[in-house]
Amino acid sequence: MAVIEDGHKILSNIVATQIKSHQRFGGVVPEVASRHHIEEVTLCIKDALDEAQVTYDDLDAVAVTYGPGLVGALLIGVTAAKTVAFAHNLPLIPVNHMAGHIYAARYVEPIEFPAMALLVSGGHTELVYMPAENEFEIIGETRDDAAGEAYDKVGRVMGVNYPAGKTVDEWAHQGHDTFNFPRAMEKDDNFDFSFSGLKSAFINTTHHADQIGETLNKQDLAASFQQAVVDVLAEKTQRALADYPVHQLILAGGVAANHGLRERLERDLSSNPVTHLVKAPLNLCGDNAAMIGAFAYVAYQHGVFADATLNADPSLEFDWVEDPVK
Amino acid sequence: MKILAIDTSNRPLSVAVLDDDTVLAAITVTVHQKHAEYLLPEIERLLAMADLKPTDLDRVVVAAGPGSYTGIRIAVTTAKTLAATLDIDLVAVSSLETLAANVPVEGALVAPMFDARNQNVFAGLYRIAGGVPTPVIADAHTNITDFLKAVTEYAEPVWFLGDANHFADLISTTVSAATPRISSWLNLPQVATIGLLGQQLDPVADVDRFVPNYLRLTQAEAEWQAKNPNKKDTESYVEKI
Ligand SMILES: [Zn+2]
Repeated sequence: MAVIEDGHKILSNIVATQIKSHQRFGGVVPEVASRHHIEEVTLCIKDALDEAQVTYDDLDAVAVTYGPGLVGALLIGVTAAKTVAFAHNLPLIPVNHMAGHIYAARYVEPIEFPAMALLVSGGHTELVYMPAENEFEIIGETRDDAAGEAYDKVGRVMGVNYPAGKTVDEWAHQGHDTFNFPRAMEKDDNFDFSFSGLKSAFINTTHHADQIGETLNKQDLAASFQQAVVDVLAEKTQRALADYPVHQLILAGGVAANHGLRERLERDLSSNPVTHLVKAPLNLCGDNAAMIGAFAYVAYQHGVFADATLNADPSLEFDWVEDPVK
Repeated sequence: MKILAIDTSNRPLSVAVLDDDTVLAAITVTVHQKHAEYLLPEIERLLAMADLKPTDLDRVVVAAGPGSYTGIRIAVTTAKTLAATLDIDLVAVSSLETLAANVPVEGALVAPMFDARNQNVFAGLYRIAGGVPTPVIADAHTNITDFLKAVTEYAEPVWFLGDANHFADLISTTVSAATPRISSWLNLPQVATIGLLGQQLDPVADVDRFVPNYLRLTQAEAEWQAKNPNKKDTESYVEKI
């Protein structure tokens, strides 16, 4: 829950995490996640208002994520937001969670169009072209696992607690790419990604070592895995930027906090005369409401409102680009 | 006192608004189960008919379970958010008790139940005393045969409500005492009755911490409990960062 002024000023940003619950069950249990949301929802609203030192009278609208995500979790947010909007006679703004991730970058600088976003998270890996404000078109996405998902799976193999991204990133910085895992679809003439081959190669390598009683260096394993992920993401992004000369490349999503990825894109973009890199702030890469509020301000100005029938849409997606530049 | 009552525990969506003992308006919909979409629009319509604004409400009463996960989640989230955001009372009633309250016969034994599949039910046994249901066997998620055996011990006629007709054969062979025939509308939540019940009950002490009464563990929780028999599920799993 957050209170945001004019789409770029954070008055409060309350994040309650259930990581302890996920660790207890080794992942997200939808029913339990939903119940935790019910436990926290009104407290977080109060905290967000208190911390921002505002009352309902100061608010101009209520914005809420309605997709994509776990339906049970989305429903709690949507239901609570609809109820608050109704109780205080405020307009309701439906926000696509992925648009929110992109707009975390708004807290760094205003977004200039056309722009491109590389969105990397536990559920998504996609390149999104934004020709103008409030327009999003997917030009490429993962064909199988999301990058964040692959991180969690290899993390599990190496005995790292969920979520594994941060530890794998740290180890990667201490090791070297000695295993040379496959870079899937790197040379294909499209903007799509694939990480399942990499994941399988990783698992086969560790499995084989286990069988012959060999101990592999975890730092090198992490470095090799991360290098393969970063190579594929960076290569496809470069290809996209060549076809779409945009003002900004926005790096967003939970995996955008990965230092290996941030450093690589910084290097790649440093010599680009047209496009400059805008990285979502580290503390706003993970899920938060400030990013939802940033995009809600844009939606408000474009008159995007929902009525009381708003429902969760777990598989909500941006449209695919109609006429891909090739 | 202006009261909004809500029940979406199962298929019916039911809302009512009362002014003390007077039912101002009530809506019950059974033709779909789109509670997420329609609960709030129906509340809007209800208050508009009664010419009330949300800020006119003094109390929200909700059937807080047991029932369908999604249904009670939506009802409870709507009710607690409304109560918290308007700073008014929240009252919770058992979804089974609200069905029991449909029987206006003083002294009657009433067994409301919801089918929970695989021969399981959510069920409780109530006695109507002073016009209100009082629990005799506490609401539980239980095997239907076990529940019927327990009910039979009382050797009295029992009013079976809710999804009881799913188990009609089993009831007629297990329960020897006569079971009154009931008209089907008694199987639906009469949400005005929930409002009346909610008037007499104490409000929830901590609205923010209020959660649905699911009456069963999720599979993941049950497995965790089996693996960790000595640990208690009392830890807090949510942190603010
Ligand atoms: Zn996210």
